[in-house]
Amino acid sequence: MRTGTAWFSGRDAALYSALLSVVAVLFVASLAIGRYHVPVRETTRILASRIVPLERTWTPQMENVVMRVRLPRLAGALLVGGALALAGAAYQGVFRNPLVSPDLLGVSSGACVGASAAILMHWGALAVQVSAFAMGLVSVAVASSIPGFFRNNTTPMLVLSGVIVSGFMTSLQGLLKYFADPLDELPSIIYWAMGSLGSVKAGEIKIVGLVIAAIMGVLVMIRWRINLLALGDSEARSLGVNVKRLRSVIVLCATLMTAGAVCVSGTIGWIGLVVPHLGRIVAGHDNKRLIPVSILLGAAFTILVDTCARNLTGSEIPLSILTGVIGTPMFVWLLFAQKTTV
Amino acid sequence: MTSGASAVAGTRIPALAARGLSFSYSKDAPLLDGISFSLFSGDILTLLGPNGSGKSTLLDCLCGILQPVSGSVFVNGADCSSSSAIELARQVGYVPQTDMPAFDFPVRDYVVMGRAPHLGLFQTPGRKEYEVADATLESLGIAHLADKLYSGISGGERQQVRIARVLVQTPGVILMDEPTNHLDYGNQIKILKLVADLSERGITVVLTTHMPEHPILLDGMVGILDGKGGFCMGSVAEIISESALREIYRVDLRLVNIEELGRLVCVTGKLKG
Repeated sequence: MRTGTAWFSGRDAALYSALLSVVAVLFVASLAIGRYHVPVRETTRILASRIVPLERTWTPQMENVVMRVRLPRLAGALLVGGALALAGAAYQGVFRNPLVSPDLLGVSSGACVGASAAILMHWGALAVQVSAFAMGLVSVAVASSIPGFFRNNTTPMLVLSGVIVSGFMTSLQGLLKYFADPLDELPSIIYWAMGSLGSVKAGEIKIVGLVIAAIMGVLVMIRWRINLLALGDSEARSLGVNVKRLRSVIVLCATLMTAGAVCVSGTIGWIGLVVPHLGRIVAGHDNKRLIPVSILLGAAFTILVDTCARNLTGSEIPLSILTGVIGTPMFVWLLFAQKTTV
Repeated sequence: MTSGASAVAGTRIPALAARGLSFSYSKDAPLLDGISFSLFSGDILTLLGPNGSGKSTLLDCLCGILQPVSGSVFVNGADCSSSSAIELARQVGYVPQTDMPAFDFPVRDYVVMGRAPHLGLFQTPGRKEYEVADATLESLGIAHLADKLYSGISGGERQQVRIARVLVQTPGVILMDEPTNHLDYGNQIKILKLVADLSERGITVVLTTHMPEHPILLDGMVGILDGKGGFCMGSVAEIISESALREIYRVDLRLVNIEELGRLVCVTGKLKG
């Protein structure tokens, strides 16, 4: 594990560019791979032709597959992966616990209820997304206001109310599934809750992408302050930090980003927990480095998983299944590598 | 019961002053009741008192973590209640009792956090900040710890690192809550030497301790909190007496003047008989 944390920005720059290259390679490779194979050379040329004029050596079919079918989906993987991993790292910092994931305050279970209700009402794809987003935020809002009723704004109290709200939402979700038509609505609900990037549209990715990128920007800018929260409330306050406000801003940003990601892909487990852990091994616990590294690793991991999801078998495998199958053994390995004592 | 200590010398502005400071966790029993004192640049105030007598609470009030029920704290003549948390953090540093940070940072990353009150919300520490951290570690003679993990160094080293973090904050006043807690005998003395060094640099230090030896060694001001709101403060000669210490610790103890050392020593009597 890396302990020397010299300020040589050169060393950080090398780390970031190495990870960026990994993301870029995976991105192009994934654009090329699929049932309709497009050679890597042609894939790169199709992408490059958008910026510099190039002679057409590819078929219109290739261009259609790369630009219209695979690119929006990959952009989705990039965004969702980066957002979930960043949200996970931020939540872990705020709750001072490396075993926390962005679902802690109920955003995912709330989003599931929202999406299921919309599916039951046959409201259409956009409404499913809006409803999931809204219910995800409502859950977190409820979870964050419960401690206020008890005049006990401690972290364990907040964690407990997150558990309560998640439990309630999971029960509601069960009820909605129970009432769902087993031939038509139930499969949609289950499929949504297991996550997929199969139905990502170019138009929605542009909008959600801008929103997620803007929030990422805020979190990246205040990332070093997350370190201060690790010292504990009194010590952070003695350093002039408004702990309550900083915590709220970070939780709000991370939650909005998770909800945004969830409405693109449905709920995907494990990314928000496992990827920041991997980041901690690569970059250490300093959020100055951990946050950018988590975004890049999250993007890379999700591109990899999504490429497997659409290529391993004849039909699509839901993402949560793969992130779980890959993520859990990886988590065991990470715990071993970190010699974590919980 | 309150006695303002050092006589106000001319027009010098106290680095840290309390005026009628009161605090209570419950309504009927004030823990701190109308405490007043003035400390000047380089003064050391050692707080003694039984467990639960409000030593840490007083420190929390002095650095703005707790708001006093009544009374005020002045730093360099300015009322703290009207200054922002960041302004206060630039002038008053606080070393709470040893606590592990939630994540295991390398020492340099830990120390550089002291620069927080000097950095904007969206700033991250750069070369300059890390240089300040390294220079401070160097000045404390612990530069070799910079790349080690906080969890991987000894208790005594950790306390020095925590003091380095506060120094990087460049405050004129440093508050330390039981800085010698959990340290072996040698390391306790090492920390006291460090406190004396800080005072020589012109920093005002307020610390709490359970060892009556410590204020005698530091030879600065002593304050005794009785847990019922009472507070008395003065020089070692004025405050430290067998009766006062017996009152605090409720054991048979003696103050003996050791000629070889030229100072008082506090020892306990027999355990039995």
